[in-house]
Amino acid sequence: MAITEERPLALPSGDPARPSEPHLGVFRRPTTTTGWRSWLTTVDHKKIGIMYGASALFFLVVGGVEALLIRLQLAAPNGTLLSADTYNQVFTMHGTTMIFLVVMPIGAAFANYLIPLQIGARDVAFPRINAFSFWCLLGGGILLNSSWFLGGAPDGGWFNYAPNSGVVFSPSHGIDFWNMGLIITGISSLSGAVNLITTVINMRAPGMTLMKVPVFTWMALVTQFLLLFAIPVLTVAQVLLAMDRLYDANFFNVSAGADPLLWQHLFWIFGHPEVYLMIMPAFGIVSETVPVFSRKPIFGYPFMVFSGIAIGFMGFGVWAHHMFASGIGPLSVAAFSLSTMFIAVPTGVKILNWIATMWGGRLTFNTPMLFSVGLITMFTIGGLSGVTHAVAPADTQQTDTYYIVAHFHYVLFGGAFFGFMSGFYFWWPKAFGYKLGEGLGKFNFWTMLLGFNLTFGPMHILGLQGMSRRVYTYDENYGFDFWNLVATIGAFIIALSVLSFIINIFVSKKRAASLPPVGPDPWDARGLEWMIQSPAPEHNFDQTPTVAHLDEFWHRKYAEGDDGRVRRVATGDEVAQPGDGTGVHLPSPSYWPMVAAFSLPLIGWGLIFNLYLAIFGGVLLVVALWGWAIEPPDDIDGVHHDHHDADPSGDVEATGDIEATGDASADAGKADVTAEAATDAAAVPEEAPVG
Amino acid sequence: MAETTLAASAGYDTEHHTGEHATATGISNTKLGMWVFLGSECMLFGGLISTYLLYKDRVPEGGISPRDIYDIYFTSASSFVLLMSSLTMVLALAAVQRADYSRLKLWLFTTALLGSTFIAGQIYEFTAFTREGLGFTTNIFGSAFYTLTGFHGVHVTIGIVMLLSVLILAIRGKITVEKAETVEIVGLYWHFVDIVWILIFTIIYLIP
Repeated sequence: MAITEERPLALPSGDPARPSEPHLGVFRRPTTTTGWRSWLTTVDHKKIGIMYGASALFFLVVGGVEALLIRLQLAAPNGTLLSADTYNQVFTMHGTTMIFLVVMPIGAAFANYLIPLQIGARDVAFPRINAFSFWCLLGGGILLNSSWFLGGAPDGGWFNYAPNSGVVFSPSHGIDFWNMGLIITGISSLSGAVNLITTVINMRAPGMTLMKVPVFTWMALVTQFLLLFAIPVLTVAQVLLAMDRLYDANFFNVSAGADPLLWQHLFWIFGHPEVYLMIMPAFGIVSETVPVFSRKPIFGYPFMVFSGIAIGFMGFGVWAHHMFASGIGPLSVAAFSLSTMFIAVPTGVKILNWIATMWGGRLTFNTPMLFSVGLITMFTIGGLSGVTHAVAPADTQQTDTYYIVAHFHYVLFGGAFFGFMSGFYFWWPKAFGYKLGEGLGKFNFWTMLLGFNLTFGPMHILGLQGMSRRVYTYDENYGFDFWNLVATIGAFIIALSVLSFIINIFVSKKRAASLPPVGPDPWDARGLEWMIQSPAPEHNFDQTPTVAHLDEFWHRKYAEGDDGRVRRVATGDEVAQPGDGTGVHLPSPSYWPMVAAFSLPLIGWGLIFNLYLAIFGGVLLVVALWGWAIEPPDDIDGVHHDHHDADPSGDVEATGDIEATGDASADAGKADVTAEAATDAAAVPEEAPVG
Repeated sequence: MAETTLAASAGYDTEHHTGEHATATGISNTKLGMWVFLGSECMLFGGLISTYLLYKDRVPEGGISPRDIYDIYFTSASSFVLLMSSLTMVLALAAVQRADYSRLKLWLFTTALLGSTFIAGQIYEFTAFTREGLGFTTNIFGSAFYTLTGFHGVHVTIGIVMLLSVLILAIRGKITVEKAETVEIVGLYWHFVDIVWILIFTIIYLIP
């Protein structure tokens, strides 16, 4: 239902009767581009990326407090801080929050912010669906966390094995909140995946063939494919569980003949690609920072790309290694053991390539680089303990012990989160126009490295000593006291480190006022995103750059002289675009994505508590989707970022600029972005009531 | 403006213009987005079909099992109706592509009508099965059957809503030959839902 209104482009001068159609008579089209209201209605991928990051940092604090509660409870034998029931809820919510509301959204934040900038695009393919994805995530997160106040949080662990997660064993509504919340964040991930895949495949700048796409964008693309194919399986599993819990179906009713392994298979077919889609964006980030601070191109670019793709494919073939202890039979165990060992190969290729990139380079150990090296080292430790899980006989001993907890924190915290921190420090000047301070940054890194290893290193020992994960207390004769105390101290050092990061944000912003502006290229970097001013202008590129090389920006700054030596021929400031684009017509802000997204939690609460609320939410969703579909994606009365368009209300002569979009940007994908987002709007989010 | 600086200062070569590779697929974003989305839907139905296959033969002794209840003739007829709706969908697209708007409206309406007939048949089938004693909560076969076919039915219903939306727009003259792709994209979804039904029909009703 792509309807670009067939309205006259120019009205007789002074005609007050401008055809501003009130869409369904509810909302006037939002036009603000500054102030808090602009954040609610924005469809700008950069603002949406920042909102993803901000909400993830908020949930990081929530999940971090839960982690501290866990560590306080276990600091000494026979802890009494939390009851067994509360403890179950706290560790379940810690895992769920950190995975679905922190690590995945930070990956989405970087993907949203960087992909269009790295491929030289004006925005993502479907800007309003992009906004919808973010508001869905926030809505799902709010729904999930509202369980604390509405009768108790989920308590079955982050993978909520059925039938243990059935009504019999978990009578509170907690797991219903878990189902509904994660179905909604799943819709967020899915619509984001459709959006970003289309963006990367269809909207690259002229000349940017697939083998010239920056490694981060490649890894983010693999991530989106993993989301695309993994999320629906989780949705199926959660729908089945919700049917069981809310409507007495028999999917996990063992006495009626159900198979408890069904949940495990469905969950881990999602769950293992899930761990790769959490680490992939961090791999991409490190592949961008290490070359910049080693002053060398990435070593073996094609290997980086193809190993990422290989991880994506193989990630779907290793899931049953989570189930070695569940009796799936020797043949399955052997097959999944082998495939799990094999997947270490492409991951090893990546680690080798980062080290080879640094080898012989002129290294700068500033904060982003330190965090990158932190990822490489810490992830290697986690990867090695991962290979020990592939050995099935060893794994049957390690299953459900703290050894597993140590392993996945080394890959997800030591891996993914260190990478994200590197990305924050690296791209912060691009997003906000100031650098984060190095002093506090180094403090942030070293305390995080220390606290992280103190917390999770001892868990290897505890696990091998036989401490089960998820026990809420232990006796003093077990010999677990010392290392648990060390882990708790480490956890508080991590908390101090995260606090120093948050302080750094504000201190550096204040200090930046007295410093010269950072300019477009503070790091002498390589990708297209540094070819625009900092902070990135709303329209991204004044002109769509034409790309001839991988690391295009670097090739515009450096060239080989007659003597065969590479020399700087231009500074970043000279090459960068001035940021004064004319005639750029951007997709207009809209209320509908937020309305549509917030109707979903209403349906969720309604299904749990009161069907009328669900019906109200459903009606609201349908209305929102209709409003969305009828509203043109591109408001011809909108702001035009034009020199002559001093009056943002858009005087008559400015309305002609809708035509100018094409020739100003000469961007192949642009016309499609604006004209046709509406159709898909009707198609994709309408899936929502299904879940 | 910036361009001159770029070319002059960076010694930027323009040779690549000659042997340029495409950086877009040539498919519009919307259509590509729909294809990508349908890829994801395959996994959704894959999960549901796997669940059904796992559970269909696990009915405890004496319970209602698939063989007791299916009416193959009735379901074959309603499947035929749904498959014919794919034909009328193609005719609708062909009509809009040659700017034959009255036929477009006719075929869109027919497609929606055939889809609704299928849904009506499904509702009849569900009530008939319930009357014969197979409820959603009766046994695991019941749960798996109703969830799988119900999910498909919801997809068909969403498709009908999309078809009617396009029909209303066509009546208001908003769907012109330049917007034929809108019809094509709704068609992609519709054909996908039909193909899924071919799978479900084969797996549930035909394979013993």
